Amino acid sequence: MKPDSKFDTLVKNTKDVNFTLFGEVVTAPKGSTLAAVILSHSGDTFRQTETGALRSAFCMMGVCFECLVEVNGNQNTQSCMILIEDKMVVKRQVGLRQIEICEND
Amino acid sequence: MTDNQPEITIIGGGVVGLSIAVGLLQSGHKVVVLDGKDNDARASYGNFGLIWGQGKGWDFPPYAKLTADAIDAWQNFSDNLNELSGLDVSLDQKGGFEFFTDPEEFKSFIGMLEIQRAHAGNRFSYESLSGDELRKQIPGIGTKVVGATFSQLDGHVNPLRFLRALRRSVQVLGGKIRSNTVVKKAKSNKNGSFSLTLANGKVIRSEKVILCAGLGTTKLANQLAFKTNIRPEKGELLITEKLGNKLPFLSSTIRQVDEGGVQIGGTNADAGMNESETLSDMVDLARHAVEVYPALSNVRVLRAWGALRIITPDGFPVYAQSEEYPGAYLITCHSGVTLASLHASILPDWIDNNIKAPNLEAFNEARF
Amino acid sequence: MTDYDIIIIGAGPAGMSAASVAANGGLDVLLLDEQPDAGGQVYRNIKQNETEKNWFGNDYSSGKHLVNAINCNKITKYFNATVWRVEKNKRVIWSHNGESKISAASHIVLATGAQERPFPFPGWTLPGVMTVGSAQILMKSSGIFPKEAVLVGSGPLLYLVATQMIDANCPPKALLETQTLRMMMNSLIHLPKALLNMKSLIKGFMFIQKIKSAGVPRYKSVSRLKAQSSENGSIKFLFLHKGIRRSLTTKLLLIHQGVIPSTEISRSIGVDHSWNKSQLAFQPIIDKWGKTNIDGIYIAGDCAGINGSNAAVLYGKKVATKILYETGKVSFYFYTKQSLCIRTRLFFTNSVRLFLDTIFAVPQEILLPSDETIVCRCEEKTVGEVKLGLNEGICGVRQLKTSIRSGMGLCQGRMCDATIRSIMLHNTSQDDKTILAPKARSPLKPITLGEMSKIKKD
Repeated sequence: MKPDSKFDTLVKNTKDVNFTLFGEVVTAPKGSTLAAVILSHSGDTFRQTETGALRSAFCMMGVCFECLVEVNGNQNTQSCMILIEDKMVVKRQVGLRQIEICEND
Repeated sequence: MTDNQPEITIIGGGVVGLSIAVGLLQSGHKVVVLDGKDNDARASYGNFGLIWGQGKGWDFPPYAKLTADAIDAWQNFSDNLNELSGLDVSLDQKGGFEFFTDPEEFKSFIGMLEIQRAHAGNRFSYESLSGDELRKQIPGIGTKVVGATFSQLDGHVNPLRFLRALRRSVQVLGGKIRSNTVVKKAKSNKNGSFSLTLANGKVIRSEKVILCAGLGTTKLANQLAFKTNIRPEKGELLITEKLGNKLPFLSSTIRQVDEGGVQIGGTNADAGMNESETLSDMVDLARHAVEVYPALSNVRVLRAWGALRIITPDGFPVYAQSEEYPGAYLITCHSGVTLASLHASILPDWIDNNIKAPNLEAFNEARF
Repeated sequence: MTDYDIIIIGAGPAGMSAASVAANGGLDVLLLDEQPDAGGQVYRNIKQNETEKNWFGNDYSSGKHLVNAINCNKITKYFNATVWRVEKNKRVIWSHNGESKISAASHIVLATGAQERPFPFPGWTLPGVMTVGSAQILMKSSGIFPKEAVLVGSGPLLYLVATQMIDANCPPKALLETQTLRMMMNSLIHLPKALLNMKSLIKGFMFIQKIKSAGVPRYKSVSRLKAQSSENGSIKFLFLHKGIRRSLTTKLLLIHQGVIPSTEISRSIGVDHSWNKSQLAFQPIIDKWGKTNIDGIYIAGDCAGINGSNAAVLYGKKVATKILYETGKVSFYFYTKQSLCIRTRLFFTNSVRLFLDTIFAVPQEILLPSDETIVCRCEEKTVGEVKLGLNEGICGVRQLKTSIRSGMGLCQGRMCDATIRSIMLHNTSQDDKTILAPKARSPLKPITLGEMSKIKKD
């Protein structure tokens, strides 16, 4: 059961962007920062650190690097510094980022 | 062993000074290490942590042999430090590569390694691989790489944890580290001991003095009648965000620290004492990384910095005892990590000049 | 070869003001900001909020004219532009849409503003704990308001945001103030001078009245702060109040302990910095015009020392006027007349500063948190681990960092430098003179190897 968002949306703008957030298709207003949408959508945490500690957005202005998520395959992306876009795929960041290491056959 | 062990002062608390301190303390000496200020040049903080043999001393056999001995001694050294400090320096000696994108450089380096093998006997061997052979072995290697050399004995260690382990070990062994302690003047006394004047005016007396202050060495070296002139050579490095998976290779220019960040280095420039990072070198290092392993393209650089290497006139280590003042020693090298295992083991014997003392004649100042 | 006369980094009040004055004077300006639009933090999203209810007060609305003033053809603006390197020779390297560009100018103005002072206590890294500033950004940029929030800390922003929440009908559940009676007593000596900026004092007084009228419970002089996670992602916040250990459970805990200058760029170029004892922060050393020890590099606004947005506008104007005079665009008469005018206004605006710094001083508990507190959030290092490192024969911040790894994470010390400094001050023989501002290096924000490799060097 997903926890409820800790925020109320008081300014209702047209929801015109569709994208995938943590496995779910959501719509939100154009011009929203990704972190704000994550916070208003649910009370889900953003990521897990290397040691498994849960973290969420903290400063919302690009200073703290807590709001890291994976966006279109790019991990460690600060969600407070990007705007949502159609067809974006956003996943939680679990632990350190991984790169594609080609395995030996 | 005499009743009255001489007290030894080591000037310089970097990799070299601390390794020697560990060795001298373990052979029963009383040691004090004098270390400079936090923002002094400190080459040890820019170190890559490589324990590297290929290419070392290909044109100077004594150095090739010294390096081979050092590589052999590292496992024991690492165990020793672990026991003393409780820290594991993450020694990894599974072999290392040198990657080439220029065919001429590749050919030339193989030439050097051949000479190194010829006079090293069975102490050194290497493999050379073409770009395609390399890509079969490590599938993610970029197409611009034309070839590589691989040496089984090469390896690395976590450089900053290594420094911390050395410091702790020195303390555990009863040695004293005095930081923020700059030596302004070194003078020999009539009875053969030394007086060291500090920046704050205080004077320390010591029976023996070992000068290994890296880039801070020259002035004091001249006062103790040493002739070696050390010059700084700048190397720039990049460090990336930590990665959760392991890079499938170790090379002298691209290596992953055990915590996960990837270090990229290998430039050199004459910049005096200026250790600022330059855009030009940053771009070159980034290009190199992406050419060697394209999967690194999306990885973010967190920091770029410059570190000053210590270069002696011929690039090889100096182990010198002052002819005029026999209790003073000068020790300087730029492979402080590789040679650390010997600095902590055979160098104390050399300083004590006992039966086990190694022959380090090839590294004294007479060659300059 | 320069591309522009001036490059201004930061489109907050100082940057916008400098840009419009410079452009009106005939200079070509490049204005860069990493946020999606102009306004900085204080005037965040002001263009989009023009038609919304005035939850944010008159101060906020007054930012509109600044944003309008930068719509001028002499100002080239880029947003979502992250500056990651500034060189002494006045080149700026910045990233936009995944591509890095190099721009050169004869003058550079740093107007990067401030960041929240790190406010560490046990549990401050838990989800559900956010800064008061972040809540304000969410309200202004996204129209979302906390369902239930406890505010804790000190400083004007704490009261401002509380009133903004009250106006939007989402009042805070409680206001916990770390300000002590002693701080109030200490500030009295600065009150006479502060009266010169009566407007500011009245504004503050009105905020507090509004909070009282709304019936928001206030707990004064709280200490021994600790946050724990509770059911459904809520926070259980423990604190000491009037000798009694209390707790409050809340969905959101919003924290604030003042702001400090953002000095990454100025430190990375090699500008000299000094320690401001009353603000407890490093700030760049500038002359009264905003000139630094590096030719052509100027600084304006809160990133040179906290004085607030009104002062920032004036400092921006001052710097631009100076540059206009130096480039021969304005006469000596104009320059001296403007300077006098700005200086006078600044005198009155800034007269309240020392009073505010003292009455909202930083409690010792935040400067020296308990051993269990995480100090480096990125690398998850505690105060206890830092102290352990200090016992190992090292004498400075740089060595400490390399030993413990604090400050080596993604934020590169932004969240922990301040606390590490005060721990060092308290636990070693270092003092205000010997602890130097930490070195900042490029890239100032993380840049991919791929992007870096594609830069055309010349």
